[in-house]
Amino acid sequence: MSLDKATVSFEVNGAPVSFTVSPVARLSTVLRDELRLTGTKVGCDAGDCGACSVIVDGEVVCACLVPTASIAGASIRTVEGLANGRMSPLQESFLRHGAAQCGICTPGLLVTATALLERSPHPSESEVADALGGVLCRCTGYRKIVKAVMEAWRFDQKDIPPSRLSSFSQGAISPSRGEIGTSKRRDSSAPGLDSCLLAAGKAVGASPIRLDGMPKVLGTEVFGADEWPPDTLSVLVVRSPYWHADFSFGDLAAFVAENPGIAAVFTAKDIPGRNCFGVIPPFADQPALAEGRARFRGEAVALIAGEREAIADLDLNSFPITWKELPHVLTPAEARAAGARPIHQSRPDNVLTAGFVESGEPERALADAAVTVSGTIETAYVEHAYIEPEAGHAFMDGDTLVIKACTQAPYMDRDDTAAVLGLAPEKVRIVPTATGGGFGSKLDVSLQPLIGLVALKTGRPAALAYTRSDSMSSTTKRHPASMWATIGADREGRVTGMIFEGDFNTGAYASWGPTVANRVPVHASGPYRTPNYRATGRAIHTNGPVSGAFRGFGVPQATIMQETLYDALAEKLRMDRLELRIQNALRDGDRTTCGQLLESGVGIGACLEALRPHWRRALADAESFNAGNGNTRRGVGVASCWYGCGNTSLPNPSTIKLGISAAGELVLHQGAVDIGQGSNTVIAQIAADAVGLPLDALRLVGGDTGITPDAGKTSASRQTYVTGKAAEKAGRALREAILRFANVSAHAELSLEQGALVIREGEAVRRIDLSAVEADAEGFVFRSEETYDPPTQALDEKGQGKPYAVYGYGAQLVELDVDLRLGTVKLVKITAAHDVGRAINPMLAEGQIEGGIAQGIGLALMEEYVPGRTENLHDYLIPTMGDVPPIETILIEVPDPEGPFGAKGLGEHVLIPTAPAILNAIRDATGVLVTKLPATPSRIRAAIREAAR
Amino acid sequence: MARYAKPSSVEEALHLLKQDSWRILAGGTDFYPSLGSRPLHENILDINGLAELRGTSETGTHFVIGARTSWTEVIRHPLPPAFDAFKLAAREVGSIQIQNAGTVAGNLCNASPAADGVPPLLVLDAEVELRSAEGARLVPLGKFILGNRRTVRRPDEIVTAMHVPKRSASGRSAFFKLGARRYLVISIAMAAARVDLNGDGKIKQAAIAVGACSAAAQRLSGLERMLEGLPASSLADAVGRYEFAELSPIDDVRGTAEYRREAAGEIVRRVLAMAAEEGASREIAA
Repeated sequence: MSLDKATVSFEVNGAPVSFTVSPVARLSTVLRDELRLTGTKVGCDAGDCGACSVIVDGEVVCACLVPTASIAGASIRTVEGLANGRMSPLQESFLRHGAAQCGICTPGLLVTATALLERSPHPSESEVADALGGVLCRCTGYRKIVKAVMEAWRFDQKDIPPSRLSSFSQGAISPSRGEIGTSKRRDSSAPGLDSCLLAAGKAVGASPIRLDGMPKVLGTEVFGADEWPPDTLSVLVVRSPYWHADFSFGDLAAFVAENPGIAAVFTAKDIPGRNCFGVIPPFADQPALAEGRARFRGEAVALIAGEREAIADLDLNSFPITWKELPHVLTPAEARAAGARPIHQSRPDNVLTAGFVESGEPERALADAAVTVSGTIETAYVEHAYIEPEAGHAFMDGDTLVIKACTQAPYMDRDDTAAVLGLAPEKVRIVPTATGGGFGSKLDVSLQPLIGLVALKTGRPAALAYTRSDSMSSTTKRHPASMWATIGADREGRVTGMIFEGDFNTGAYASWGPTVANRVPVHASGPYRTPNYRATGRAIHTNGPVSGAFRGFGVPQATIMQETLYDALAEKLRMDRLELRIQNALRDGDRTTCGQLLESGVGIGACLEALRPHWRRALADAESFNAGNGNTRRGVGVASCWYGCGNTSLPNPSTIKLGISAAGELVLHQGAVDIGQGSNTVIAQIAADAVGLPLDALRLVGGDTGITPDAGKTSASRQTYVTGKAAEKAGRALREAILRFANVSAHAELSLEQGALVIREGEAVRRIDLSAVEADAEGFVFRSEETYDPPTQALDEKGQGKPYAVYGYGAQLVELDVDLRLGTVKLVKITAAHDVGRAINPMLAEGQIEGGIAQGIGLALMEEYVPGRTENLHDYLIPTMGDVPPIETILIEVPDPEGPFGAKGLGEHVLIPTAPAILNAIRDATGVLVTKLPATPSRIRAAIREAAR
Repeated sequence: MARYAKPSSVEEALHLLKQDSWRILAGGTDFYPSLGSRPLHENILDINGLAELRGTSETGTHFVIGARTSWTEVIRHPLPPAFDAFKLAAREVGSIQIQNAGTVAGNLCNASPAADGVPPLLVLDAEVELRSAEGARLVPLGKFILGNRRTVRRPDEIVTAMHVPKRSASGRSAFFKLGARRYLVISIAMAAARVDLNGDGKIKQAAIAVGACSAAAQRLSGLERMLEGLPASSLADAVGRYEFAELSPIDDVRGTAEYRREAAGEIVRRVLAMAAEEGASREIAA
C-alpha cells in the first residue's frame, strides 16, 4: 500500500545528495536512516518536541513534519553542519555553560538557536525564549540554555582573540574548598573550565566542562536509536488496547506467510526462560510478553520482526489476535472496594505491599497538641517524558547476546533479560548507549528482553525504537497518590506529632511500588523533628500504567502533603512560615522518626537560614506588589526536602575499577550510567583527585557489563555518594599501589608524561616507563578495584533502624503571580538552597537543581498523564522554556563524614520542594490551597470560586 | 498501491481531485501527527507545488490570503491593525518550527475546535474560497467549519484562499490565548476582538469570537450588538451582563466547562479592552 518511490535531490550541510524514497517519507527519517545523519533526533514524530529541528532554506522546521518531496532542490542544515573544523561559538557556549545534560534535545536547540543568532546575534532573554520555545528539554530547566544562547557571541573568535578566550575561562571560577556550613553563590554566567586547566588534586570543587560533553554538542553522541548493524531486523510490538483483557492468537504462521518481508512473530510461548521480570526480585511479576491476559493498556503481547520497510508498511489491523475485555479498576479506591477482583491472584486485596514507620505516641501527641492541622492531597500520574524514547538494538556475538540500548541500570537489565531468555547472566552483555534522559523509568527493562528474544531466535540483529506513544503507554509513571495527614504542635510552634497515610496507585505490576511504599513513611515528616509519628504508605494495584521510579520515589508527593500542612500550621500559630520551619529543622544530634541518630552533616537548618534574607526581600516585594488592587496577586512560598541516598535498608554496592594503562592513561571504568546528571564527570573528578593525577590524564570507559564492574543503578541519588565513594577508595588504593611500588611517602606527587608515570618527592624523581613494565590482560600496569556499600541497617516492624547512611537536604523559595480571574500562574523567581555536602562540580550541581525545579514546576502546575488520553507531548504538557523563571542557586556545603570528599546526593532532592513551595505560594497569593494536582488554571479558579461561596 | 501526486497548477490539482479520492498534504503539521507511525493507505495530493496559493495580496475590495501562506508569512507581511489579532494568533500557533511550515488554510481545514487561526479570521469576516473542477465558491468562515474536524469542503474541492473584505479590515484587533503553559500549547480558550471606534470614543462596530469553547469557534453576535454605541469605558460591564449563549464548552483534560465559560467572559473583556483602549498594552499573556 506504500507509495511509489521517487528520486529527490537536495543539499545537506553544503553537500549535494540524491535519494530514492517515498515522496512523503519524513525528512527526519531520510536524514537518519538513509544519510545516517543521526544528530537529528526523533522525540515525538508530531512537532511537539522540536528535537528534529533542522534549517531548510534558512527557516527552522521540524524534520518529522516535512515530506521529502518538499525539499527537492532545498538546502538543509543539520547539527552536523554547525561545526566547521571547530565548534561554532554557540556549541562552545553550550558546552561551557553546561547547557547540555543528557544531550538528546541539544541538536534541536543548537539548530534552532543558530537560526536565531544569524538574525539576531545578541538576543534578549525573551527573544531566545520566543525562538526556542518549541524545543523541549527535560533535563536542564532551560536556564543554562538561555544563557548559552545569549552569550554565544562571547565565544566568537572574530571578537575575542584566542588568548582572551582562555583567560576568560580561567578567571571565571576559582576552585574553592568547602567549609562547614558555608554557602556559596555561583555566578551562573560563569562558564565551565577545560579539564586541561585543572592541576592534579584540584578537580573536586571545580567545574570542568562535562567530559562527555563534546559529542553532545557536535551531534555525534550515539543514543539508543542512533546505531544499528547491517542486516538488522526491525521489531514491532503488538500492545493491548484494553485496560484488562484476555486474548488469543489466530494463525500466526499464515500471517507471516502473507506478509512479505515479515520474518517472524513471537509470543509468550517463544520465551525460553522465566517470563517474569521485576526490579525487586521478590516482587517480580511482569511478563515480557503477556500470557493470555493483558493487565494494562499498552502491555506488550507479541513481537513482529521483519525487514525495516516491511515493518514500516505493516497493517496491524490484519494481525490475528482476538480480545475479550475484562472488568477493570483504575483507582486505588475501586481496587480496594469490596468485591473488586484481584489483578494478581497472589495479592488478594490488590495491595502490593505497605510501608510503616511509627515512633512515640502519635494519637496522644495530637490529642495534647495546642494546635492541629489536617488535610488531603491528591496527585496525578506523571510521565517521565524524556525526549529520547526507549531504543536500542541486540545482536549475537558468538553465544553471547549483546544489547546496546539506553538504560539507567545495565547489570539489572542483564540479569532480568538473561532470566527471561533462559541464559546465564554472563551470556548477556549490556552495552549502554548514551541515554537521553531517564529520571527513573529507564531503570526497568523495556525493550531489552524483546529485542534480545528476536536476536536470539533469529540470529539476526534486531532493533527497536519506541514511538512516543509506545513509550508513554507502556513504561512506568510517577505513582498517583491519595494522602491524608494531621500534624500537631505546641503553643511555641514545636511540632509534637504527625500521622500520615497514603495510597499510591502502583498500576498493573510491581516495578518500584514497594520502594515507594517503604520510602514514603521514612520521609513523610520532612526534615523536621517529629517525636511522635506514624506513617503508612500502601502500593495498590490497578489496571492503570505501571507506576515505578520517578525522581523521588513517592517522596515528592508526600512532601506536598506535609509542607502544605506546615503553612496551615504557621497560620494557626500566627508564626512566620520560614521561622516555623527553622525552629523545627533537624539538627546534628537529633533522631529521625526511624530512631536514627543523625550525628553530623545535617544541613537543613543551614539551607533554611540561607533563605532568610531572600524570604524577607520576597515578602516585602509581594507586599508592595499587592498594594495595588490588580487582578494579579503575588505570593511567596517555601518548602524543604530531605532524602536518603541509596537503597532503603538494603545492600546497594558500587564497584569501581581503575588503572594506569601501558599507554600512559588513567583509565576509569565508570559504570555509573550518566543519563545527563553528570556522573561521567563527577566520578572522574573524584577518582582523579583520589589518585592525585590531573583530570586531563583520565580516560573514561563506560558501563559495559562485559568489561566494567557493577556500579549499581543510576537512581536514589546514589551515584555521587555511593559510586563516588567507591571511586575515592579505588583511587586511593591505586595511589597506594603506585607509592608502594615507587617506595615513596604519601606526599609524593604523580604525573603522567609521554607514556611514563613520574613520581616526585622533594628532589627525588622516579620515572616509570609504562611500556617497559608488563601489563595485565586488560592492559593495566597498575590497577585497583574497590567496592563500597552504604552502612545501613534493616528497619524493624515499626520502621525503626538506619535506612540510609547519608541524607541530603534542601529548601526552595518560590515567588509567583496568580491571575485571580483566570487562575493562571506566572512564576517570578525561585531561590534554591541545597546542602550537597561538597559540591564536586558546582556547575553540574546547579544544572541538577535547575532541571529538578523544572520537573517540580510541571508536577505542580501542568503534568497529568491520563491513560489512553494523553499519550503524546501536546496533550501531556511539560514545561517549555517560557515556564521556568530565573533560578538563584545557593549551594550549601555541610560535609557528610560518609560521603566522598563530604559529598551527598542531590539528583532527586532538587525536585521535592518545588511543587509544595509553589502550592504554598499560590495559597499565599489567593488564600486557597489547591489539593488536587496539577494546579491547572481550571483547578485554581475552581478553588477560588469555592472559597468565595 | 496508493497514489501520490504533486501537481504544479491548481487546474491539475482540481482535475486529480475530480478523478479520485485524495488526502491533501500541505504544511504537514497536522498531516504527520495524525498519521503517527501507521502506514499510509490513502492517495496523497501534495499541494506544495502550487506556488500560486502562497502569499497575501490585495484586490480593490479584499485582502486575499493564499491557502498555503504560512504563519510566519502572516507575521512578516504588512497588514492593517485590524489584522493584529490574526498576527498575534500566528505567533501563538505551535512554535516557530510549526509557524514556518503550517499553513493558514490547513488550520481551517483541520477544523480543530482549538484552531488558533479561526477566531481572528472570524472577526475579520473572512470567507473561504473553495475551488473544484466545477467552479469556485466563497463560504463565510463561520459556515465553512461545521464542527469538530468537519468542514463543508467536498472531496473534490480544495481551499485556495481566504478573502477578507476591506470594509471589515477597519479598527484594531486583539487576541488572547489561554493555555496551561507558555509555548507550544493547545488553547484552553481563546478570544479575538476587532473594535472600530467612532470619533467620540464610542463603539461603531465590534466583532468578537471565542475559540475552544464550542465545537467550532463562534462569533458572539449578540454581544456585538449590545456593544454598538457604548463608550469604550463601559465594555467590561456589558460583557459582565452577557450570557454567552453561543458557547457550549465541554470538560476535557485542559479544563472544565465551567472554567471555560467563566474564562471566556474574562478573556473577551480583555481582548475588547486591548482592542478598544488607546495605548492599551499589546502584550499577550501566557
